[in-house]
Amino acid sequence: MDNAYLIETVIKVVVILLVFSALAGIGTYFERKILAFMQRRLGPMNVGPYGLLQVAADGIKLFTKEDIIPTNVVGPIFKIAPVITAATAFMAAAAIPFLPSFTVFGYEVHPIVADINIGILYVLGVMAIGLFGPLLGGMASANKFALLSAARASAVFISYEVVTGLSVLAPIMMVGSLSLIDFNNYQIENGWILWSQPLAFILFWIAAFAETGRTPFHLVANDHEIVDGFGTEYSGMRWGLFFIGEYANMFFISFVIPIIFLGGFGDGTVLGAFALLGKMAFFFFFFLWTRAAWPDVRPDQLMWLCWKVLMPLAVINVVITGFVMMF
Amino acid sequence: MFEAVAFYLFAFLTITMFYITVTTSQALYALSALAAGMIFISAFFFILGADFLGAVQIIVYTGAVMALYAFGMMFFDTTREVKENHGNQYIVVGLGTLAAILVVVIFAVPMVSTNMQAFYPMTEGAGNTEMVGMVLFTKYLVPFEVAALMLLVAMVAGIVLAGKKMDLSLTLMNAEEIQEIEDQKNKKVLS
Repeated sequence: MDNAYLIETVIKVVVILLVFSALAGIGTYFERKILAFMQRRLGPMNVGPYGLLQVAADGIKLFTKEDIIPTNVVGPIFKIAPVITAATAFMAAAAIPFLPSFTVFGYEVHPIVADINIGILYVLGVMAIGLFGPLLGGMASANKFALLSAARASAVFISYEVVTGLSVLAPIMMVGSLSLIDFNNYQIENGWILWSQPLAFILFWIAAFAETGRTPFHLVANDHEIVDGFGTEYSGMRWGLFFIGEYANMFFISFVIPIIFLGGFGDGTVLGAFALLGKMAFFFFFFLWTRAAWPDVRPDQLMWLCWKVLMPLAVINVVITGFVMMF
Repeated sequence: MFEAVAFYLFAFLTITMFYITVTTSQALYALSALAAGMIFISAFFFILGADFLGAVQIIVYTGAVMALYAFGMMFFDTTREVKENHGNQYIVVGLGTLAAILVVVIFAVPMVSTNMQAFYPMTEGAGNTEMVGMVLFTKYLVPFEVAALMLLVAMVAGIVLAGKKMDLSLTLMNAEEIQEIEDQKNKKVLS
């Protein structure tokens, strides 16, 4: 392994960590602003111009707040749970190609940390580990509401992982590879997978809301309980890590959906790179839009939707794709 | 060099995690350590270049098996220590050591005798995902399908066990119907 490769990888890891930690903070600003505009409010206005420095103020607050470990909790597990959420979110980023490769000072840079040939499987698998954050946090909290929320969250994650896996199986069959780069290259020649797999796209998109725990499926924190689900006992930066993990996950899944279904960065021109960022921005905006427009569904409705509607549809989609490809 | 460092690091971490799993009396520690150990094992697959198996290891063992463990844990108070019934410590340690030595010998003998051959040599140009598929759907087709059948049987059995009163949904009933059910229960208790 040569030194150039090592230095390049380290730089890429650091850049991704810094950019997406910052984006997670700015994402909260976007969320508050967009929700506010949709509800005819102004949102944060007082800190800085248009409330832009609210992010910094929140950061200072989270970092300097006292880190309270309540009595009766299982200390080490309680402390490590938020780290798991944030770490798995960023680990998933290792296999995502964020931009087409470009040249800096005659050195070709591939903006993907590890181009493993099972990219999509790795991303979904690592996001699945993210389940352990809420689960362990809730179970270690010595709080009944946190435990209930952890149980609900894990039920949702496990159920919707099935939908995610089955819905993405049909595009994988068409491309014949698990690498996200191959997905991108396939769509340069054959057009967007969205046109040949619209059902898979819709299913994957719906499941993405469950995987990130966003509003129509935001069962991790049940509003009727007034408490914040598995994060009830957390304070300060540990609670902030849960938040960073959630927003980083939203950003990464907003990258993955366009790469799989909407042509990714295309043929690698500057225009293609901006198109990918634009698509990512749209999907991120859609997360916020849905939160403003829809109430949460009940847990039993959610399970009904998963097992009686989405999963059979996904299986039928896989079978039909198989038949079409065979004949 | 990197591979050696990574191997020893993950070997150490894996053994530590499984040691914690076995020795701790705190159920939550055991659960978390087991999950972590399973994830660290996938690192060996990645080091050996078997990316597909590594990802499958992560998904299957942590995503599915551990989540089911967690559901089992929901029935206990996981924040309290479990009082374990310790038997004869010497027998446990002795048998454990013996088993470990046997496993090492079983795997080390073919390497020492330099009589190792690959039954299924690598196909040129096939990635490791394709290789797994080729072996799975030719040589191991019958065990693969039998496993699928067994999972189907387990699923049907699970639904039958859990499916009593499945057509009854309290959330979809109005207050009178729920009251009726309550009255029936009370009658049974009284009579």
